Amino acid sequence: MTRPAEALPTQEMLINMGPQHPSTHGVLRVLLRTDGEVVVNARPDVGYLHRALEKIGERVTYAQFMPFTDRLDYLASMNCNCAYAWAVEKLAGIEVPERAEYIRVIVSELNRISSHLIAFGSFTADMGAFTPFLYSIRERERVNDLFEDLCGNRLTYNFARIGGVSADLPPGFLEKTKEFLDYFEPKIDEYNKLISYNKIFVHRLAKVAVITAEDAIAYGLTGPNLRGSGVRFDLRRDEPYSVYPKLDFDVCVGSGERGALGDCFDRYMVRINEMRESVKILRQAIAQIPEGPVAAKVPRVFKPPVGEAYFRSECPRGETGFYLISDGTGNPSRLKIRTGSFVTMNIFEKVTVGLMIADIVAVIGSFDIILPEIDR
Amino acid sequence: MEPQTVFETLKGKFGDAATELQSEGFRPAFVVVSPEKLPEIALFLRDDPAMKFDSLMCLSGVDYKDRFAVAYHLYSMTHRHAVGLKVFLPRENPSVASVDGVWPAANFMERETFDLYGIDFPGSKDLRRILLPDDWDGHPLRKDYKYPDFYHGIKV
Repeated sequence: MTRPAEALPTQEMLINMGPQHPSTHGVLRVLLRTDGEVVVNARPDVGYLHRALEKIGERVTYAQFMPFTDRLDYLASMNCNCAYAWAVEKLAGIEVPERAEYIRVIVSELNRISSHLIAFGSFTADMGAFTPFLYSIRERERVNDLFEDLCGNRLTYNFARIGGVSADLPPGFLEKTKEFLDYFEPKIDEYNKLISYNKIFVHRLAKVAVITAEDAIAYGLTGPNLRGSGVRFDLRRDEPYSVYPKLDFDVCVGSGERGALGDCFDRYMVRINEMRESVKILRQAIAQIPEGPVAAKVPRVFKPPVGEAYFRSECPRGETGFYLISDGTGNPSRLKIRTGSFVTMNIFEKVTVGLMIADIVAVIGSFDIILPEIDR
Repeated sequence: MEPQTVFETLKGKFGDAATELQSEGFRPAFVVVSPEKLPEIALFLRDDPAMKFDSLMCLSGVDYKDRFAVAYHLYSMTHRHAVGLKVFLPRENPSVASVDGVWPAANFMERETFDLYGIDFPGSKDLRRILLPDDWDGHPLRKDYKYPDFYHGIKV
């Protein structure tokens, strides 16, 4: 006996995605309510990696907090290190020697390349292409080698200091960086040939999870996710800090080249293009870096004056901001960390309505979130 | 536009609701407003053509020991200017209207402030704990927070 299809009972299904799932980039749990294969609602549940960094910040001195910033975004520790140092310097009004600023820019941009490489590699792996991941890890290895030369560590660097950096560049560092850039720049074209315009890959990303420019601004998206929606805004250019005003580079934005402005493909392409801009910045910084001291004189017992400061800088995953309140003692009275990934997760529930379950993986990958930064 | 001008404009429009300008030692400067008027002031700051603070950079709770505060760091993508907005709240039942209708970005940050400071945001579309487990006792970022000895029978 057959029954007509409409007489079959259907109901929505509740699926638990994560917290242990390779495509959620860490311990992210998504509660999916689906109608068959279509997502009715996807609610992110974060907090599994909460380590109370803000509470710790109130119990240690300003200098002692530096290693904790490594653990904010472990794929871009240098950027977080420098962001924190800049924030404390803004609070206390410390002048940093120019050479130190150049070193910070060089390590930040190197780290941006290695972070975007992981974003690129893991994203393509999520989409079912495993080979590009091996290529991106191969290149990232060379950045790690450079950083190992520089400060002895390969992942958590603890390199920046309040008022400068912990050590001058080792001999031959700039030459090795130049060699790396010469080696790396043509690889970006290779990635594009290998995967970026692959038909299946493009089909997985084009017109998926489109975010308009208005929504991107209202929901506080920053970094490549904001620029993917076509908003030409980059803190390095629009709220210049450090020596970025002396460096010439383009702000990459999404162009909607595969059908819709602000889709997953645009966000992906922004990261690919930004690697090229970072190479450009690095070449200029290497040519311009002056001789001189690498750290300002900061008292050993460091007590910034009473006051409050908010400083934000452009990290690979968007804006990392530190809101510091000093009560005149050696510890911050409040240390708030605003991270790009945390605020980005806010829009997740909105953009995933009506997508397929497999698209959720594409959305997470295109946002390039990292969980320790969300949970802090 | 400088925070000084923002403060004067708010003073002209909302009178005593704009109580104070914190500028010495504050980067950026804060305009302190009264919590009752916050929704209107937030809407005005977002929509006024000269202000256009369309982006909420950061929303943070603060414990000043004698009172709480919520600090809003605003930025205008149109005019490229920034200002801080602050409301002071009493220690007993701190509560201020939610601004997630004005800046949707506020939702997660308000949830975080609710979670870690216990500040209530009436009118929020979804106010739950976010970083800590739902059954956690207390609000850890308060200065008078007592560390628990046990969580579900596990020594911490």
